[in-house]
Amino acid sequence: MIRDFGLLEVLTILQGMWTTLALSAVAFVGGGVFGTLVALARTSAWKWLRVVTTAYIDFFQGTPMLMQLFLVYYGLPVFGFHVSAWTAVAIGLTFHASAFLGEIWRGGIQAVPKGQSEAASALGLGYIDRMRDVILPQAIKLSLAPTAGFLVQLIKGTSLAAIIGFVELSRSAQIVASTTYKPLIAYGLAGACYFAICFPLSRASAYYERRFALKT
Amino acid sequence: MTYKFDFGVLLPYWPQLLHACLLTLWLATTAVICGFIIGIVTVVARRSGLKFLRAIALTYIEIIRNTPFLVQVFFIFFGLPTVGISFTPWTAAFLALSLNCGAFSAEIIRGGVDAIPRGQFEAGAALGLTPLQVFRYIILKPALRIIYPALSGQFVLALLTTSIVSSISAEELTSTAQLLDSDLFRSFEIYIVATLLYFALSTIFSFIFKGIDRVFFSYPIK
Repeated sequence: MIRDFGLLEVLTILQGMWTTLALSAVAFVGGGVFGTLVALARTSAWKWLRVVTTAYIDFFQGTPMLMQLFLVYYGLPVFGFHVSAWTAVAIGLTFHASAFLGEIWRGGIQAVPKGQSEAASALGLGYIDRMRDVILPQAIKLSLAPTAGFLVQLIKGTSLAAIIGFVELSRSAQIVASTTYKPLIAYGLAGACYFAICFPLSRASAYYERRFALKT
Repeated sequence: MTYKFDFGVLLPYWPQLLHACLLTLWLATTAVICGFIIGIVTVVARRSGLKFLRAIALTYIEIIRNTPFLVQVFFIFFGLPTVGISFTPWTAAFLALSLNCGAFSAEIIRGGVDAIPRGQFEAGAALGLTPLQVFRYIILKPALRIIYPALSGQFVLALLTTSIVSSISAEELTSTAQLLDSDLFRSFEIYIVATLLYFALSTIFSFIFKGIDRVFFSYPIK
């Protein structure tokens, strides 16, 4: 039976938008935590740690996000972990985000003048104090624009979870499109939802870029 | 772990996978070239004196950049036929990717054009260069030099984005992998191989682009 495009259909899509937001938040927080570790390892004094993290970053930047999600989704059961689609997608997106955020924050850390970390060492600050109180606060400020830009990429990327059957914004639109047979409205509405989330972030990214570009 | 890896089952299918790689490359190349042309037109429109042209260009860029490629593909492939415009999967994929690349190229090209100070055109004219020489040595080469890294990055990105068009069953590497998966039931192995193929393609092209950069754009800035 072909349904009309009514309130229920709009609510289904809005429900999907909520899931997309939740998934993006989980991936961003998880990616942020691991991304910090990746950034620190990428700028560490040990060469082997830098080589390993460079390879990790290159792998995620050189393969399609869809393939990364497929590998996690089909790979976890192979290693004996039978998890829900939610968990698989969240893990896949976390890996993806950690590599990209790690690379962005590496750039931020290296953009802080070398003299600062030398001065901090001369003042007797250890690695942890040096990073926490001197380098990272400045690095974060310098990385705000690309971080917001990547967040837009990540939110758009969560749409790929629809391909492995996870019901978020794109998948809800797909379901509504096939029950109402009004794909133009369904995908148009989904696109508008994504736009409503991503556009302010893009603007914020452009604002931070202008603001911090003036200083350098 | 009880699972036994078996990559051997994929061996007879290597011509099919190679063909799929070529299709992926073909789609990325044509779409990036077409996207570059759309990008130039968009930049010209954004700099034009007519307000509605500027508004159209800006709306196009912002809509494409702030919505997922998957939704754009679905909109074109499933949405447009309901108003009488229908495409084959391959045409829809090409169209969606071209429009996508067009918006991102426009931002890259705008960055390159904005970066050339106006005084340079005037200085070129004052030195007695013909307009063609001014365009070639003063605008084109420095602008290309500035946007080249972003533009070559765009190609690699497009190469990776093509995997998404498998969702409308356009024939390329990912959809071939999915097809093999439904034949062989060896999902993990197949997707590992497909991922490595994508990785090889993007690595090879990054390498080639770096080489071109060294040969053509390596004169000193000052």
